[in-house]
Amino acid sequence: MTTQAFNFKDYIRPRFFPHIWCPGCGHGIVLGSLLRAVHELGLDKNEIVMTSGIGCSSRISGYVDFHSLHTIHGRALSFATGVKLSQPNLKAIVPMGDGDALAIGGNHFIHAARRNIDITAIVMNNRIYGMTGGQFSPLSGSGKKATTAPYTTIDRDFDVAELAKSAGATFVARSTVYHANECKDLIKKGITHKGFSVVEILTQCPTYYGRKNKEGDAIQMMEGYKTNTAKIGSKKLEKNPDLIQRGIFVKNTDVPEYCEAYDKIIKTAMKGKA
Amino acid sequence: MERSRIVFSGSGGQGVITASIILAKAAAIFEDKHAIQSQSYGAAARGGATRSDIIIDDSEICFPKVIQPNVLVSLTQESYNKFAPIIRPGGLLLVDSKYVTIEKKVDAKHITLPMYETVMKEIGKPIVFNICVLGALISISGLIRPESIMKVLETTIPEDFMEMNEKALDLGIKMGKKEHY
Amino acid sequence: MKNKNNIRFIQGNEACVEGAIYAGIDFFAGYPITPSTEIAEHLASRLPQKGGKFIQMEDEIASMGAIIGASLTGNKVMTATSGPGFSLKQEALGYACMAEIPCVIANVQRGGPSTGNPTHVSQGDVNQARWGTHGDHAIIALTASNHQDVFEMTITAFNMAETYRTPVILLLDEVIGHMREKVTIPETGKIPVVERLRTSVKKGVDYHPYLPREDGRLPMSDFGEEHRYNVTGLFHDMWGFPNNNPKVVGELLRHLVDKIENNVNDISRFKEYWLDDAEFILVSYGSSARSAIHLARNRRSRGVKIGVLELQTLWPFPSELVKEKCAGAKAVIVVEMNLGQIVTQVKNAVDNPHNVFLSNRIDGELITPTDIKSLLRVIQGKGV
Repeated sequence: MTTQAFNFKDYIRPRFFPHIWCPGCGHGIVLGSLLRAVHELGLDKNEIVMTSGIGCSSRISGYVDFHSLHTIHGRALSFATGVKLSQPNLKAIVPMGDGDALAIGGNHFIHAARRNIDITAIVMNNRIYGMTGGQFSPLSGSGKKATTAPYTTIDRDFDVAELAKSAGATFVARSTVYHANECKDLIKKGITHKGFSVVEILTQCPTYYGRKNKEGDAIQMMEGYKTNTAKIGSKKLEKNPDLIQRGIFVKNTDVPEYCEAYDKIIKTAMKGKA
Repeated sequence: MERSRIVFSGSGGQGVITASIILAKAAAIFEDKHAIQSQSYGAAARGGATRSDIIIDDSEICFPKVIQPNVLVSLTQESYNKFAPIIRPGGLLLVDSKYVTIEKKVDAKHITLPMYETVMKEIGKPIVFNICVLGALISISGLIRPESIMKVLETTIPEDFMEMNEKALDLGIKMGKKEHY
Repeated sequence: MKNKNNIRFIQGNEACVEGAIYAGIDFFAGYPITPSTEIAEHLASRLPQKGGKFIQMEDEIASMGAIIGASLTGNKVMTATSGPGFSLKQEALGYACMAEIPCVIANVQRGGPSTGNPTHVSQGDVNQARWGTHGDHAIIALTASNHQDVFEMTITAFNMAETYRTPVILLLDEVIGHMREKVTIPETGKIPVVERLRTSVKKGVDYHPYLPREDGRLPMSDFGEEHRYNVTGLFHDMWGFPNNNPKVVGELLRHLVDKIENNVNDISRFKEYWLDDAEFILVSYGSSARSAIHLARNRRSRGVKIGVLELQTLWPFPSELVKEKCAGAKAVIVVEMNLGQIVTQVKNAVDNPHNVFLSNRIDGELITPTDIKSLLRVIQGKGV
């Protein structure tokens, strides 16, 4: 924890700016929440490795003044697994988009969860492939319009939290960019949790998803996050159980973390040799 | 010495591969010879005809496969039927009497020994059958010394099993001594 | 009695593991695939004994990703696979070329395409090793024909990966991987081991991870240390920041290729047998070189002036070396187990490509000395 005032400039690489995100994109709020989380936790910038894949979301790793590994599409978690297992003292944070996390990278996602390796995956769910120009994603859901679904999608969507939970992630939470403070708190909890943490953040893509599906501009989309979601345990949710739930779905500290479990293997192997 | 080209054959689980590795390793490490072992791989881990090739020589061995063995060991009828035709004329054919019936004689010295039966009668454990076969083979052929086999066994199997293996090796050596090649 | 502890009778795959351990491997990630699996199995047991890490990933792509991540924290890393897995690794392999990440990829070749002939030998991945990943690039691919050489070439692979900050492919094959023969493990220090070159730039001073020194080498800084920088598969400037300025793009691509192609003489490893007066030269590599040497020795004893050039570096292809060694030959026979991958390179290298012939086998069986002899007799005008 730190008592110093938060200053953006302490955590970004000015050389990388301006960023590539469209006006009204929610990703900047995720970046802000992440940096505030890092600041409030008082982490040393040298102990953080940001690993990302390809897409709008993945650009976060370049903007931040941590060790950063901008990899190939969908495989960020496997690169991060190598970083973390080889150097468990480092904090591994992986910002991911719809495709990175759940399409091309879906297999790595469930296996990272199964291993319970201490990585924090921030899934930035904007229900669209933004960087390539508005194709549907495994998080779009059915009946949506996209450039590759001119007659609307027939594909169902994943529930990121449910998937993470059943794959064995030991910390699973959800928030939205409307709830920036909540985002920050959940990211903090995800980073401090020892094990595989998934923080899903609903973030708007007004340029493609919003326009194609007539959900209005960025402000209207954010208002949607306010009205269509409810905190787990809230009266609002009790009254409207169909609302999208926000909050912590799983927090399990009983499962051994992968790197710690491997350290035990090393101890056993070294004894066997002697 | 003349180059020895050996094919060890049988069925998966009989210890054919293990025995062939022990033989080649003993020659390579404890007799300072050149030796190579290779085996054919199929999808099945157990059952089917298993074949392991061994070449032992005083000079360097490059081509590692055996095309015409001068020694063929067959521990099943299937492997005998399959490999007997490739034996080098004048070579040595060693089979187990329980598993193999010689059907059509080839131009080779045929030796049939009751190795499996003897192991079961004297030791009662089929697991050392392959070591008995190894004992018979080295005693008939004079390929390598029994001590070299024992040295390999000492480094690869648990102490508790040494006595049983040594006994199996001796049983094979005794059976082989009665044969001439 | 002589100490026999350093003499081993092992499979080629295990000789590769011994070489990796000797070279100082810290981290291995892999996915089981025949005929390379023994490499993973032995490292699963050996690595934790020395405090290293082994992880079985969910696929070959993830394995490639994991070793790149682990290399960046300062580890010596390796993965092992065969044809289908090697195909899967190609995108991340290109990433390692672009981001200049030291790593070793062993490909124990089996028959292809597709699932092909998993338990049988082939040398069909030679061109894939060169051109498997997309885009222009340079690559180092090494091979060996016996276990002592597998041991040494594995160390060489790690050394070159560190020297040139690049992925190095160790192109073994099923025969070499699976057969057993003797290997003598030399004492520590007998074979030089290249350690990672780390930057001497102090904290607070600008460190340029992608600015080559005068000698062309690029000192690294481990993730977790004082210098925080960006690693990307995009074209990038000396800080590692994405950049598509034509000058930056062109210069980086040239650098990636030149750092390897300009050092072909240092990277080239080969062996020669009876070449001095050879009228017939067999050019071969990997397990087929065993058959070539076998035949040459046999023909020499009958007075035929024949020799063997065994290539241990396949990429970058040592064109000058091949041209020089084959200059006086009446005929050059390339012995390989594919439809002619190295023979094309040899034809391009020599003065008279019409005198270059291919002796090959593509049916999953190791090419035999007799196979080569048949072609030799035809070339000699003796008929088959």
